[in-house]
Amino acid sequence: MTQMTDTTLDLARQHANARIRKARINAAIRYVVLGIVGLVMLYPLIWLVGASFKTNSEIFANPGFLPQNPTADGYIEGWKTSTPYTFGTFFLNSFKIIVPKVIGTVISCTFVAYGFARFDFPFKKILFGSVIAILLLPNVVTRIPQYILFRDLGWLDSFLPLWVPSALAGDAFFVFMLVQFLRAIPGDMEEAARVDGANSWQTLVFIVVPMLAPALISVALFQFMWTMNDFLGPLIYISSVDKYPVSLALKLSIDTTEAFAWNRILAMSVLTITPALAVFFAAQKYFIEGISAGGIKG
Amino acid sequence: MTARRMLGLGYLAPYIAGLLVFTMVPFLASLYLSFTDYNLMSAPVWTGLQNYIDLFTSDRTFRRSLTVTLIYVFTTVPLKLAFALFIAYILNYRLRGINFFRTAFYVPSILGGSIAIAVLWRYIFATDGLVNMGLTAMGFEAVNWFGDPGNALFTITLLRCWQFGSAMVIFLAALQSIDKSLYEAAAIDGASKLHSFIFITIPLLTPVIFFNLIMQMVQAFQEFNGPYIITGGGPLKSTYLLPLYIYDEAFKRFDMGYASAIAWVLFVIIMVLTLVAFWSSKKWVFYAGDKRS
Repeated sequence: MTQMTDTTLDLARQHANARIRKARINAAIRYVVLGIVGLVMLYPLIWLVGASFKTNSEIFANPGFLPQNPTADGYIEGWKTSTPYTFGTFFLNSFKIIVPKVIGTVISCTFVAYGFARFDFPFKKILFGSVIAILLLPNVVTRIPQYILFRDLGWLDSFLPLWVPSALAGDAFFVFMLVQFLRAIPGDMEEAARVDGANSWQTLVFIVVPMLAPALISVALFQFMWTMNDFLGPLIYISSVDKYPVSLALKLSIDTTEAFAWNRILAMSVLTITPALAVFFAAQKYFIEGISAGGIKG
Repeated sequence: MTARRMLGLGYLAPYIAGLLVFTMVPFLASLYLSFTDYNLMSAPVWTGLQNYIDLFTSDRTFRRSLTVTLIYVFTTVPLKLAFALFIAYILNYRLRGINFFRTAFYVPSILGGSIAIAVLWRYIFATDGLVNMGLTAMGFEAVNWFGDPGNALFTITLLRCWQFGSAMVIFLAALQSIDKSLYEAAAIDGASKLHSFIFITIPLLTPVIFFNLIMQMVQAFQEFNGPYIITGGGPLKSTYLLPLYIYDEAFKRFDMGYASAIAWVLFVIIMVLTLVAFWSSKKWVFYAGDKRS
């Protein structure tokens, strides 16, 4: 009897060991694949940082990360640019575009999402349908008349064409994301506030906004990142160099310094991606939640 | 009650204003402009279908650009989605450090659209750039990435596939929400891993595959930064995607009417493909809880 139990136990143990071994091999294979893919994907970025400290002759000769004769020349010379302005001006311009745009987006999208998620009104279905339609509408088809409109308004070569559409909740994706988020929150608290005599405006500010806060942070972060990376908007609307954001300034550097000073361009490239990277690493949880919640472009 | 109804519309006021001024009116205006000759200097002149006739009968640049755009979209979108799904599948396992990998793979999606990365691409695919250094080190021959029309488009495709992170995060979230007991039941019935993947995972993922497919397609058709910075559309217009052509016509030659016509062709293509996707989705997208199967 004991004999038999032992063998059964042994068998069971062997079975369990085999399963553990299989799971370990499985995990090992996954790590190897992830490691290789990760390295191949991220190495260009790592190389970029190393290369920005290399001399010009070394950039196309050394595939390694570490520079042989490290130099900050690229940063010092690149920062000065070939224009009368430094990259400091261009960074300041980028932030002058970004800050009002992000604020306008957050405020307007909160209003609109609140309206959609908590009120009934005429044409609601059609209007919400239009949010989805804008989400799918290629910008390319409205860009030319928008340009003509902004020209007629006298807004060309100012930041207004970049600010105003966003301040009117023009980024349908954010509206959609916030509506989805709000619909998942039960309205009990708001109902209670209303019974206590709060009007819809107070309810919005004191009840809804605090609950929406994580989603609003996601909105702000994505808008920051996309605006930082935006190139076509400024390319079309901004023409004076003193108003250039960093994306245009970088393109200008390529056009004017390319032939001889690669490390300047690489160094400035590193600087232009730093804000987006820093924000991402500081707040990555909001990014990942934002994408999973709304589904996203990029 | 009616007051509350009006209040809802009140909260929508900024959106409605923006919708009219920056979307609806421009949308219709560009349709109108596409039937005109308009150079910004004098009033638009109605030319009927002339722009479209020119596009489809005599404009070889357009034909080239359209072909290149279609090739680009139809290679980039499937490649990117397949890769995103593959990595999400590998990540969907109780692995230590999964968050680290998820973050690492997402980084290119943060930066991918930026000019800095397009610049980086120029350097790493240059004749003596990083990629060729790696290839020769491994004993392969260096490739002329930007000199050869076929290769140049491929580098642009790679740039977009490199940004698979956001699609991957969506896939991963969907994978994690699949009920594990389905797999256990299938395993008891003797299903292999591959069978489970094909008959359980894929059907349950079809809603997100559908979502990713549409979003990625709409975006891929509008790719601009990559080719504009990396190749400038060349060589031999092999990376001259339609958005570049539209940009050149509209903002370099100020031929607003003709550019609008190209934009409308692009729009109609995207719309038709989106409608086909929606229409066909009834046949292949499976929504959990949906009884008719």
